[in-house]
Amino acid sequence: MKCNGSQILIEVLIEQGVDTIFGYPGGAVLNIYDALYLNSDRIRHVLTAHEQGASHAADGYARATGKTGVVLATSGPGATNLVTGIATAYMDSVPMVAITGNVGTSLIGKDSFQEVYIAGITMPITKHNFVVRHVEELADVLRDAFRIANTGRPGPVLVDIPKDVTAAVCEFQNKPKIEIDQSFDLRETDLRRIADVINKAERPVIYFGGGIVSSGAAEDLQRLMKKAEIPATYTIMAAGTLSPDDPLNLGMVGMHGKVSAGRAVDRSDVLLSIGARFSDRVATDTNRFAPDARIIHIDIDAAEINKNIMTDDSLVSDAQTFLQGILPYIKEARHADWMTKITDWRQRLDYRPKDSESRLHPERVIKIISEVAGPNAILATDVGQHQMWAAQYCGRTRQRQFLTSGGLGTMGYGYGAAIGAKVGCPDKPVVHITGDGSFHMNLNELCTTVTYELPIVTVIMNNSVLGMVRQWQTIFYGERYSHTTLDRKTNYVKLAEAFGAQGFRCTNPAEFRAALSAALSHKGPTVIDCVIDRDERVLPMIPPNGSIEDIIAD
Amino acid sequence: MEKYILSVLVKNNAGVLARVSSLFGRRGFNIDSLTVSPTNNQEISRITIITRGDEKTLDQIIKQVSKLEETLWIEHLWEDECYCRELVFVKVLAEDALARDSIREVAEVYNANVVESVKNAIIVELTEVPSRVDAFLAVISNYTIIEMCRSGVTAMTR
Repeated sequence: MKCNGSQILIEVLIEQGVDTIFGYPGGAVLNIYDALYLNSDRIRHVLTAHEQGASHAADGYARATGKTGVVLATSGPGATNLVTGIATAYMDSVPMVAITGNVGTSLIGKDSFQEVYIAGITMPITKHNFVVRHVEELADVLRDAFRIANTGRPGPVLVDIPKDVTAAVCEFQNKPKIEIDQSFDLRETDLRRIADVINKAERPVIYFGGGIVSSGAAEDLQRLMKKAEIPATYTIMAAGTLSPDDPLNLGMVGMHGKVSAGRAVDRSDVLLSIGARFSDRVATDTNRFAPDARIIHIDIDAAEINKNIMTDDSLVSDAQTFLQGILPYIKEARHADWMTKITDWRQRLDYRPKDSESRLHPERVIKIISEVAGPNAILATDVGQHQMWAAQYCGRTRQRQFLTSGGLGTMGYGYGAAIGAKVGCPDKPVVHITGDGSFHMNLNELCTTVTYELPIVTVIMNNSVLGMVRQWQTIFYGERYSHTTLDRKTNYVKLAEAFGAQGFRCTNPAEFRAALSAALSHKGPTVIDCVIDRDERVLPMIPPNGSIEDIIAD
Repeated sequence: MEKYILSVLVKNNAGVLARVSSLFGRRGFNIDSLTVSPTNNQEISRITIITRGDEKTLDQIIKQVSKLEETLWIEHLWEDECYCRELVFVKVLAEDALARDSIREVAEVYNANVVESVKNAIIVELTEVPSRVDAFLAVISNYTIIEMCRSGVTAMTR
């Protein structure tokens, strides 16, 4: 059939299984929005307040559902407003297709109105990007974008479409949805060799990251852990994969990880890393990370092997294929002495948060959220202290229910992500955990949640300061609080009401519990302002370039 | 730091050079020289890169370049196990006969060609493996060099 470029875009999106996109209209995408209008029964378009919100929403949608997130923006500022969202998705390996309009091909390169070379701008933050100069290429380029976003290590792909291409007509034929062959042929000899090292280990530790989530390998991971009694620790990208009650769950490792987890890695004789990349927030000192261990690195991305840390053995594979492949070669084992040691560290060394009934301590806030919102709830965070507290105490036990910007550390990520998660998973409660700093970055999206009646609960851990930066100033900069004492006069209850949402302010656990319960049964969005002390710190903490020996625990 | 020759086959698309050079830029990989040229297949271009670093860096460069969607093939070549050549032009100050003779002598030793000899200067051309070009330039730099221009390397496996 004959279609114009905009119709082709809609048809390919539907063909690739897309039913929801996030975006914001503008001049260069007028034809595309016209096609969206005519196809509103086939594709749901969620209009945000700002393109950045739309990009985070597409990201949150992808993380919560496992599908590809799609975001649409106009040329120039519309496109540049996507940049932070695309970079966030890139750093955390989230499959996303970003579609931008551009000025007509005859105007490209002439500094035309709202023209920007978005392909150049996003080159280092996408897996790949395209500028479509002829309508005949459009359908296959879009299919390629979905293929690339989901093949191997997932990530964002951008497709830039000049306005005349969205209007030009050509012959179009549907093709089946692209099936990604994600299987890796692992050789028995490699699996036996690695299994042999694991089988001989006396103090084994598994260290896993977002790769476990991407490949949906949580159950396979737990089978391996149980079979050979191997305790496991994780990066923030995999927070919420294991139950906090699982004795083999060591908790998070790294800069704000548990002391006992860090100690276990430090004393391990075999460290099996699966789908993690030894980032500077985990291997704070690469020379002193797991110094006595044989390090085995399993990653889907060959470039991660020996990038941040030199490993003793490695396999390029997705987590699930590896775990299913190796399990038959793993002998059932018990490591009683090792587990006794770890239990002892847990009891002696791990940080015990303060608690009180008269005021709100951060850990208590997160624990109340986890409990009241229940096991199905998806938690989306912004970035800073609240993010670390949320990661430490989130209490999620299933994947894709803890959404956070781990790699880029994007303040302002959370609200958009929560919108995407709620749109993608309407039956699950969604709680947006934020700070007073982060919330101010993208609170404009309140208008989106009100318009779409999205019952997202925003919990602001309000300490009136930029807490994480302040914490560093406290410890490393002689308490010189340069530009971190916000003391904003924002009245969050009135703010919420002005947008058409409801708001609460809480100063103790009982008030918070009541407000949260009310919020979760409300049909629209709620903002809860939780007042916490400005000197609360995220503990424990390993200073940058330090090791577990340098940890600050009180 | 070692010098490495990398031969990369890429899809001949607009922006492919920018993608490769952007990757080197953002990951802090060195580029000593980089050439792009067509191959017998008009859909494929060859990029030959001379880079410096240690083996760990080389390993990362190869893996990261391989990840680019438009990279079809990447290979680390050794100068003595492949055909590789670089072209250099050097314009040397030669104000008197003595200087001219001396420069011609050096050129002869390295099989370089004197392509132009004007009033005050001589232009010498040499096409050789990069290490010989380096050696030639080391010697010729004892004279006053007015201008120098290297083509970058092009290479092919045997």
